[in-house]
Amino acid sequence: MTREPRIAVIGAGMAAARFAERYHALGGTARVTLYGAEPRAPYNRVLLADVLTGRYDADAISLPFGRAELRPGAEAVGLDPAARLLTLADGSTEPWDKLVLATGANPVLPPIRGLRRPDGTGLRDGVHALRTLADCARLTEDATQAQRAVVIGGGVLGVSTARALAALGLAVEIVHQGPYLIERQLDAQAAAALRGALRALGVETYPGNRARAVTAAGEVELANGYRLDTDLIVLACGVRPRTALAHAAGLAVGTGIVVDDTLATSAPHVHAIGDCAQHRGTVHGLAGPAWEQADVLAARLSGADPEARYTGSRPLARLSAGPIEYAAFGDVQPDEQPELDVLRLTDATRGSYKKLVLRGDRLVGAILLGDLATVGDLARALERDDPLPDHPLHLLTTLGAAR
Amino acid sequence: MTTTTPAATATHCPYCSLQCGMLLAPTAIGSAVPVQVRERADFPVNRGALCGKGQNAAALLAPGVRLSTPLVRTGGGELRAATWAEVLDRVAAGLAAIRAEHGADAVGVFGGGGLTNEKAYQLGKFARVALGTATIDYNGRFCMSSAAAAGRLAFGLDRGLPFPLADIPHTECLILVGANPAETMPPALRYFRELRENGGTLIVVDPRRTRTAEQADLHLQPVPGTDLALALGLLHLLIADQTVDADFVAERTTGFESARAAAMAHWPERVESVTGVPVSQLREAARHFGRARTGMVLTARGPEQQSKGTDTVGAWINLCLAAGKAGRPYSGYGCLTGQGNGQGGREHGQKADQLPGYRSIEDPAARAHVAAVWGVDPDTLPRSGRSAYELLDSLGRPGPDGVRALLVMGSNPVVSAPRAAHITARLRELELLVVCDAVLSETAQLADVVLPSTQWAEETGTMTNLEGRVILRRQAVAPPPGVRSDLWIMRALAERLDSQAEFDDDPETVFAELRRASAGGQADYAGLDYQRLRAEDGVFWPCPAEDHPGTPRLFLDRFATPDGRARFAPVTHRPAAEQPDQEYPLYLTTGRVLAQYQSGAQTRRVAELTAAAPGPFVELHPRLAARLEVTDGEPLAVVSRRGRAVAPARITDAIRPDTVFMPFHWSGAGRANTLTNPALDPTSKMPEFKVCAVRVEKV
Repeated sequence: MTREPRIAVIGAGMAAARFAERYHALGGTARVTLYGAEPRAPYNRVLLADVLTGRYDADAISLPFGRAELRPGAEAVGLDPAARLLTLADGSTEPWDKLVLATGANPVLPPIRGLRRPDGTGLRDGVHALRTLADCARLTEDATQAQRAVVIGGGVLGVSTARALAALGLAVEIVHQGPYLIERQLDAQAAAALRGALRALGVETYPGNRARAVTAAGEVELANGYRLDTDLIVLACGVRPRTALAHAAGLAVGTGIVVDDTLATSAPHVHAIGDCAQHRGTVHGLAGPAWEQADVLAARLSGADPEARYTGSRPLARLSAGPIEYAAFGDVQPDEQPELDVLRLTDATRGSYKKLVLRGDRLVGAILLGDLATVGDLARALERDDPLPDHPLHLLTTLGAAR
Repeated sequence: MTTTTPAATATHCPYCSLQCGMLLAPTAIGSAVPVQVRERADFPVNRGALCGKGQNAAALLAPGVRLSTPLVRTGGGELRAATWAEVLDRVAAGLAAIRAEHGADAVGVFGGGGLTNEKAYQLGKFARVALGTATIDYNGRFCMSSAAAAGRLAFGLDRGLPFPLADIPHTECLILVGANPAETMPPALRYFRELRENGGTLIVVDPRRTRTAEQADLHLQPVPGTDLALALGLLHLLIADQTVDADFVAERTTGFESARAAAMAHWPERVESVTGVPVSQLREAARHFGRARTGMVLTARGPEQQSKGTDTVGAWINLCLAAGKAGRPYSGYGCLTGQGNGQGGREHGQKADQLPGYRSIEDPAARAHVAAVWGVDPDTLPRSGRSAYELLDSLGRPGPDGVRALLVMGSNPVVSAPRAAHITARLRELELLVVCDAVLSETAQLADVVLPSTQWAEETGTMTNLEGRVILRRQAVAPPPGVRSDLWIMRALAERLDSQAEFDDDPETVFAELRRASAGGQADYAGLDYQRLRAEDGVFWPCPAEDHPGTPRLFLDRFATPDGRARFAPVTHRPAAEQPDQEYPLYLTTGRVLAQYQSGAQTRRVAELTAAAPGPFVELHPRLAARLEVTDGEPLAVVSRRGRAVAPARITDAIRPDTVFMPFHWSGAGRANTLTNPALDPTSKMPEFKVCAVRVEKV
């Protein structure tokens, strides 16, 4: 008698949960096991900043994972694709028939002196990352005692964390190395409007500044010598795919674990999805593409659609942090190209900024900040490559949203 | 105040599930029709109001409109007049021969949601006893079966509305999902208007800015087929806004944990990207519904006619349950049933899996009860048969599963079935097609035998409206001499088929039998009789005893589940069965217009209505029209994987640029259902009428 086929999923984060849920919903019959490093069920990481503000209870953000078996706190430390075995931190081994790497990403720790404890065992007291619910709980505890916070990194996570801390009543400063906030998604004008909106909430931003050290007194020392006195520090310097396991097992690894359109890695029967995967040169690091990958892999492995392929995503960058909201998609700051038209609408009174980048009657990219009434329409137009109306400015006003 | 002659008959409209009260007053000798419609202000549902369809209903009685003699197909392929004796003998002999050669299940029966309770009941009995076939289903499967399935899963009971329509103005927030009562049931619009006059909030969810949506405080305009994600997103926001009614959830429901987890997978920005509805609008809707002290969600065909319709309705019910807006006064989930007897038609046994009283045909106790009423051995009753589309798809197929003969009563699947060209071809493959109808519908035109039957004002019978109110439709005119009632036809055929059970053709006698058959079931009519229905303007079921007042409001003390608690549905979003791609880049959605009804078999024969709505059209956005270089009124072809339909373009910014709309009332080149996708909901077997992928082309 042959035993029940097994699918091992390394990781129990968003991509893993989505894969497991879809796999069973699509009629997959293998036994699916999620091996998670964290000691808890899958949850929605996107909502962590709002767990920090208290909008969500920590145990209310759990995600469905179908009929999969969950092994919380069972970190995988070894992988043998030839023997189809994986080794857990406690030394035990587990057999599998197909393996899904959904190991996610780790926060990047920037080269700043004094971040770690002197014995090197971890971040020193008062210094936080915000990647897990455990991080969130520690940060919440510290924040209740604190008056001031410094967030290092002015990307999406930095901005949403700064806003959450401000909502808890802290005076917050963002130290950002780039020329302006969220430079990968916004242009300078949008970032300036965002900076103004943050200031109104009690968040000051220092772009073009690098943090050099954390002093013995707990201050953040900037490269220009200034020191910011603070009660706590949050690191928001991006994430890096967790690829060590794949690398050690001999899989092709670039920035992330390299996969093809079938989400197969270089090793037979081993797949990778989500923040750890690199597809056509891109590591998305966003929940939307991670779920699209999980859906495709679930369709393939369940047999519902063995020919399903993942051909990439054109993700919409989206932030809602209390009153601060923006959407950005496509190419929003193209190089000078004569055939491109750029339309901008700035409403300083209402704190909104909108930009369309057009090639002829086609949308190339867009930014909406503050007023997102037309986001659905624009996203569709970009996704479907629909021609725009004769007066595309109409797409920037609520009245024109559906017209 | 209208004065009425003593001879006017108080009755109800022939069309939709409101079953508006109306008076039929005799006209002068020599008039084209024997009666005229007059206002009947004392019936609570419509208080005198009627739409154009109701106002012009008497036209259906005109001799030139309705059939007046049986028809049989000649060797030359024409339909010719025949006597009743000839056609009944031919039908009975044909059915018996096919049953003898291929087995009873090779004989199929297809009913309708417009049939009276008596006919629906009798048709189920006729199939199971006189024919002995499991092969019976009806067009209600195409109507609200997803809502019925979701309601039964959540509440343990399916009744369109768990409260009278008159409760609607007293709720604080109402979400209307995929419903367009301004066009489909205009007299009901008053309730929504009064709701707003009372300070309540009306939220409409529809991919089109319909006449109903124009009256809303908030209109959410999602991509077709994404209502499920929208409902999950709103539940997510109730949780985030902390407007979940934790006490209600703890005391009166089960299964919240899994519903919450599913909602957590649908955070607002994700739902925005799936549905196209901006987060700001999601928040506004959730805030209104979450903060209101009372609230209702009403769905119609939009969310129901999807390959995930049961789950979609379940997600909207979840929203009500989480907010504590069910099982309480002026709160709850309801379905706006479409057909005249959409409610009663699904309760008394013309559904493939059901016996009278909303009983399961697989339940031994239910089989024993009904068999005793019918005077037959329970073991002789067939089991569950196949659902409507599966039944139609099996017509004329060779092999043991093929259905060789079909008796159609009160339905016009040539126009109303999904993938209609294919279904028409299947109908043509039958050895024997028998159609009972008042008019020569497109399906009747294909029949081997057409049996002209009495309609609406020519007969008496009960209907159950969308509120669960059982009402009495009364005969106002004598039927034409060549016409017989459906009950009479079933009795005559049963006798010729040597049925072991008795069949009566007097509606009141059949109703008395229905009462006994339904007694103890969920839809319990045991306490009803014609006298009561007349005297009380209808009675809400369940009504288990003659001294029982009926049940206008359900679930106030407990839900109809074994433990009395409502059940959250563990549902998650998935795309429609067919998504736009390069070849078929647009969504098609279908629906109704004000002046027509269902397959149009009745309304297209009424001059006033045809003048108001003369033919099909393709609604498209100006941007799409500009890209195609199509002008208003120009013929436009809509092409799906199943076929091609042509109709004039109607350019409007009330529709999404990625979606086209066609009304489904017409046959021929502009038949919308030529295009629709028969992908079935796994639970309800509802086809996905409301969304498929198409392309449009200039003709």
